[in-house]
Amino acid sequence: MIKHHLTEDLLMAYSAGALSEAFSLAVATHISLCDECRAAAESYDAVGGAVMVSTDAAPVSDSCLSNTLAAIREADTETPAPRLTDTVLPSPLAEYVGGGVDKIKWKSAGMGVKQAILPTNDDAVARLLYIPAGAAVPDHGHGGLELTCVLQGAFRDEDMRFARGDIEVATEEVDHTPIADISEDCICLAVTDAPLKFKGWLPRLAQPFLGI
Amino acid sequence: MKEDNHGYWIDQMRRISENRDEDAFVALFQHFAPRMKSFLMRSGSDNALAEEIVQDVMTTVWRKAHLFNPTRASVSTWIYTIARNRRVDLIRRQKRPEPEDLPWGPEQEPDQTDLIGLQQESEQLGVALSALPEKQRILIEKAYFGDLSHGEIAAETGLPLGTIKSRIRLALDRLRHAMS
Ligand SMILES: [Zn+2]
Repeated sequence: MIKHHLTEDLLMAYSAGALSEAFSLAVATHISLCDECRAAAESYDAVGGAVMVSTDAAPVSDSCLSNTLAAIREADTETPAPRLTDTVLPSPLAEYVGGGVDKIKWKSAGMGVKQAILPTNDDAVARLLYIPAGAAVPDHGHGGLELTCVLQGAFRDEDMRFARGDIEVATEEVDHTPIADISEDCICLAVTDAPLKFKGWLPRLAQPFLGI
Repeated sequence: MKEDNHGYWIDQMRRISENRDEDAFVALFQHFAPRMKSFLMRSGSDNALAEEIVQDVMTTVWRKAHLFNPTRASVSTWIYTIARNRRVDLIRRQKRPEPEDLPWGPEQEPDQTDLIGLQQESEQLGVALSALPEKQRILIEKAYFGDLSHGEIAAETGLPLGTIKSRIRLALDRLRHAMS
């Protein structure tokens, strides 16, 4: 049962195609696991469709139509290949990893925490984090937006608990210290649009490892 | 007008997917292509790029017509999502991660009540959008055309961010109300 959802701003921006690739990945990951936000995203798409058809039409050249007709006469029907799936990683993430959890190329980030940065364009950074049961992600504030979607296990932040599918939307006002549940190692997707600012000497040592 | 009738476009889609009917495709093209082009130009592409994307999107419509599911989306919504994804590809030059597919597929026979319900909602949505107060409608359009965050709309319009957010929220409430 998912308790923590996307904001309306994020859903609308995703539908409008206005988010950077890494944030779109976090939104697509949550929607893959959350029927409620999937339905909301589809409503925003419907608004997009209505906006598009309500636009004053711009004249299209005759050659655009004739080129399109020539193209469709050459074209076969297209059925996309089945998408990669995995029990932990929803399809959009599995596609970035190139398979399931066993294909993630983890790098140590110190203190038992591991991370893998995903190949999105560099407007924002998407990373998978592996947090051993009971361990904390270094205490940090942010310069911008951070989305964290849980894929396995759970973490606590202040008095809230985030389990599989839940997404935490943290803004620059929030200082937070996610701590993994002791029951199971936690895997999550974390997306940031600005470098994380860690506090204290120990976490700062971890910064070069985290690549930020 | 038949163009405002969502059932009419669903019929054209069926003729395309089942009979590869070019007349149905031309009807679809003549209605959607000029609107899509205008949408793309307002999103920042020039005339040539907009027509290139229109051609590409309409060819995809032809090739994927059998995947269109009228109980999940109206024809305009479906075409919008294809155009939006092409715009992200070509203008923003980035990939567009899509959610995992739902376990059911388009091959199921559509449920008539779902189908009619969705057509009615789509028609009501179109009416509600054009009935929005001007100030709200412009912001909704900017959010979809302009590729702008709410913060960027604030910078462009000189309106406070809070005003923009509350106008967009009001507009969405009205649209939601129209669809329920
Ligand atoms: Zn949700």
